[in-house]
Amino acid sequence: MSLDLNQCVRDAHERNDYDKLISLFPYASLLGIECLRMGDDMVFRLPANKDNIGNPVLPAIHGGVIAGFMEHSAMLHLLMFMEIPHLPKIIDFSIDYLRAGHYRDTFVRCQVWRQGRRVANVAITAWQTNQTEPIATARAHFKVDEP
Amino acid sequence: MSESAILERAQRFLSALRHCQVLGLQVHQATAEGLTLCLPYSPQIIGNPETGVIHGGAITTLMDTTCGISTVCVLPEFEICPTLDLRIDYMHPAEPHKNVYGFAECYRVTPNIIFTRGYAYQDDPTQPIAHVVGTFMRMGKIAQGGGNLKKDIQGGAQ
Repeated sequence: MSLDLNQCVRDAHERNDYDKLISLFPYASLLGIECLRMGDDMVFRLPANKDNIGNPVLPAIHGGVIAGFMEHSAMLHLLMFMEIPHLPKIIDFSIDYLRAGHYRDTFVRCQVWRQGRRVANVAITAWQTNQTEPIATARAHFKVDEP
Repeated sequence: MSESAILERAQRFLSALRHCQVLGLQVHQATAEGLTLCLPYSPQIIGNPETGVIHGGAITTLMDTTCGISTVCVLPEFEICPTLDLRIDYMHPAEPHKNVYGFAECYRVTPNIIFTRGYAYQDDPTQPIAHVVGTFMRMGKIAQGGGNLKKDIQGGAQ
């Protein structure tokens, strides 16, 4: 299958409807990731979903789900704003868990600190009730040149 | 603790985590030296629709779970150990249509912190697809998160 990713991204921006773009990635659909356009910025949402629970006692979202959500948000953010014609490839990913991710909606915002010709560095913040109290921060490097 | 008790505890621990059931994670091996889990290949965890390669997030979940549950290999009693941090370095992409195995060991245990490390591989453990380090907090006996969970996971193997 050959995808015109740039076209999909352009269509999504024009219609302000990112569902089709998300549905290209089965793993993103499995978790239930959504995009919310906020002016020039993008916020990603992971609605509360019982299938994402990893701690049955609290209950809390699985740490791996939070990490996967953050990694995928960073990848989408690069696709949407950095005009990369193909899928960025993950090089490394490092996450700090600051608070329990409770069974409720989770939000993510990304910041590209540096995009070079070959590698991009992205900082990712996840929160639930209050953006000033993040549940996790992460950083990732992606390879952005030709596959 | 006997190896069969470690295996049993790891299996009970894993079966209590709903998202791990959704991914179909299974205990492959559990000994005092470490834990190996298996993530079966499935279309629902594809991250690259052009190649069928699975998403890094599914590997992160595999490795977070493997590192977290590997604490049962070294702790005499079950304790809830939340993840403080986790770092993954991707050596090369996973091959599609093949299971991924995650191995983790606890290489330092202190009264408060457990340091774990591991790797993910497919056919050959000497050619890992990712290396991982993770740090976990010991909550101690005060906060074992519901005596019921502890009882469920320790089972008869106390």
